[in-house]
Amino acid sequence: MLQFLHGTNIPFMKSRKFAYMFSGAMMLATLAWLVLNGGPRYGVDFTGGTLLQMRTSREVPADEMRSTLDGVGLTGYELQQGSGDDRNQYMLRLRSEEKRDVFATVKQGVESRFQGVTIELRSNDVVGPKVGGELRQKAVWAMLTSLGAILVFVGIRYEFKFAFGAVVALFHDVFITLGVLCFFHREMTLTVLAALLTIAGFSINDTIVIFDRIRERSKELRKEKHSRVMDIAVNETLSRTVITSLTVFLTALALFIWGGEVLRDFSLAMLVGVAFGTYSSVFVASALALDTWIRLDRRKGITAE
Amino acid sequence: MTRTDQWKLAGVIVATALALWYLWPSYQYYTMSPQQRATLAPARLAELRKGAVQLGLDLQGGMHIVLEVDRSKLSVAEAKDAPDRAMEIIRNRVDQFGVAEPLIQRQGEDRIVVQLPGLTDRQRAIDLIGKTALLEFKLVRTQEEARVLFDRLDSYLAARGAVPAGLDSSLRRSPLTGHFLSLDAAAFVRDADVPVVQQLLATSGIDSIIPIDSELAWGDVQDFQGVSGRSLYVLKKEPEMTGGSVASAEARVGLSQTNPGAWGVSMKMTPKGRADFARVTGNNVGRLLAIVLDGVVASAPNIRERIPSGDASITGSFDLTTSRDLAIVLRAGALPAPVHMVEERSVGPSLGSDSIHEGLLAMGLGTAMVIAFMSIYYQLSGLIAVSALLLNLVYVVACIAGFGATLTLPGIAGLALSVGMAVDTNVLIFERIREELRRGRSVRQSVELGYNRAFRTILDAHLTTIISSLFLFQFGTGPIKGFAVTLIIGLVANMFTAVLFTRMVFDWMLGRGGKAERLSI
Repeated sequence: MLQFLHGTNIPFMKSRKFAYMFSGAMMLATLAWLVLNGGPRYGVDFTGGTLLQMRTSREVPADEMRSTLDGVGLTGYELQQGSGDDRNQYMLRLRSEEKRDVFATVKQGVESRFQGVTIELRSNDVVGPKVGGELRQKAVWAMLTSLGAILVFVGIRYEFKFAFGAVVALFHDVFITLGVLCFFHREMTLTVLAALLTIAGFSINDTIVIFDRIRERSKELRKEKHSRVMDIAVNETLSRTVITSLTVFLTALALFIWGGEVLRDFSLAMLVGVAFGTYSSVFVASALALDTWIRLDRRKGITAE
Repeated sequence: MTRTDQWKLAGVIVATALALWYLWPSYQYYTMSPQQRATLAPARLAELRKGAVQLGLDLQGGMHIVLEVDRSKLSVAEAKDAPDRAMEIIRNRVDQFGVAEPLIQRQGEDRIVVQLPGLTDRQRAIDLIGKTALLEFKLVRTQEEARVLFDRLDSYLAARGAVPAGLDSSLRRSPLTGHFLSLDAAAFVRDADVPVVQQLLATSGIDSIIPIDSELAWGDVQDFQGVSGRSLYVLKKEPEMTGGSVASAEARVGLSQTNPGAWGVSMKMTPKGRADFARVTGNNVGRLLAIVLDGVVASAPNIRERIPSGDASITGSFDLTTSRDLAIVLRAGALPAPVHMVEERSVGPSLGSDSIHEGLLAMGLGTAMVIAFMSIYYQLSGLIAVSALLLNLVYVVACIAGFGATLTLPGIAGLALSVGMAVDTNVLIFERIREELRRGRSVRQSVELGYNRAFRTILDAHLTTIISSLFLFQFGTGPIKGFAVTLIIGLVANMFTAVLFTRMVFDWMLGRGGKAERLSI
């Protein structure tokens, strides 16, 4: 039988104060970064505007491309050139509303200026300002209601003290992942939102598994200290936690390396989210559940810890 | 085998058979080469495509546009059914446009979603769908009437001093007519001067100078004595007839006498339209009748005699494509109100196929890694889990095909998460079984306890995710919905494959060997 991490007895709960400090610092850093940079960089999905992805038959240097765009009268745009094998791919963003068909304008400008170069439209997203606002509102609403539903469900199944820890951990994971994505200058788009949702799903799943073991053990080990029960539960599920997280992490890593540009944001978010999701199930969700538990006991007059 | 076991086995067999049945068209359709598809009867091909898994526009390429019906100028009663009528007309136009499997839907109060899979000519589609196509026949005011009006406008503008800076003295006295290259039935303005004239005509108070039964309208860009410019017409405001009188329209050449090779659209009128047209032409011989499309004068032919046949035509600067599209919109009718495009998402075919390619590669790599790990770490039991995982994928894709749902890129992400949870489910069970084995229980007992104890955890984890996904589905938009749907289907299928199916295999394995002493886990 091939196995690792069997029969461990690590006192996880002892170091929860450090974990709180670390998590608090990470969240503060994320918050500070977001405030200083005026929030996440929203993509056209949420701000409204135009986003074009184009590919030319051979590479045109970005500055020459820019002067061509200026030449055809485009203003207030942002041009990004791909890297590596994708150097002939360009992303063009326009925040303002443009009456003309942007791609037709660009195509005409590029193909008349650079002989023999053809340009192909990969994708074109035009989002009106009103729709952008609606999409943003709907996304926030979907996230909040789904978090609320988790709170209610876990509250019913596991008592409130667990639900609180689970939701804080969930928020913690999603928020820090968002921070890391922003730090790497990734844009907030509907795809990134899907990645954050995936992380939320993973995080809650991981937390539930540990909680379930805590619930089971706390019934059997009534005499033990709460923190001891927690440690036993976490240690018993440790091999499973590591195996599952490692599998998902390695899969995400494969996506990140070989999955191409389309899935890069998604896999990056998964890598960060899985790491934090695994950590937070133990050090945020369980630890907070423990502290809530102790506090509730104290209010009832039990001071055994 | 107990009775329950027999039921379980029957359940698995029936579900798998059903899944394969639903997957069969997808297999046939997507493994076919384009040549094979071409040789197939169109009806059979359409049937196959309908049964196969539908790929979202982000994967197969195409256009998704959202139009908003501008109801600001409609009465309450008109505003109520304007979106529905607009949708019908757009459906008509798209049907005649010839796109395979378009999707046209109402969204909310006043929006219409149009999806055109595989379409590449974006601009043409937008023009065709978004054009109001309000066709009006209006009488052109006589040359004298026009001259009087333009003179009055001139003196008004000169008195107001509303003259752009840098103009010479003659233009200061006649700011408007000074820009006219010629003035007979219509004024002709050079391209370069059009913006200036438009600006002048936007001066406040101009409306009060123009008689209430008249209006100004521009023509299309055209050549006049070798100069490119646009005509400015003075029209009688009340239309003599509208596009409602048109029974049929088709693109043709040879409609224009001055340019016989040019394309145009010839129209046949309804019986009532024919009578109206005969009356209007009979009463106004010698005058010009402007054919106005969406406020722009397409042409203004001279009425030489009464026209009883009801044949009319539109000529101007058309080519084969634009005249054909105009014929389509005239046949389908005008939209009850203007529509504005509020959202467009187009994906080119190359990006779509790249996404499929990369999505499949990623899925393949992920699955291969999971298979390798599970079979090394859990040996035979790992292989059972892997077969459950593959069965799960079969069920999910079959459900997507069977429900007629659409597979999108976020949908693939949802699938990836459900695969991750499927692995986790088996890891949970196996670790539990190992724990029980370590405590010295028999193989049979360990399996029994392992499944029973892990089941609650698995159920809770799945339920939590399913509940939150339901909310995402309910409140989310397109991509979020796609993610939620595949995730929910994946999780439900997983409860079946990772718990029920693997348990069945274990029972069968342990049951046959009598008292199994060892378990490959």
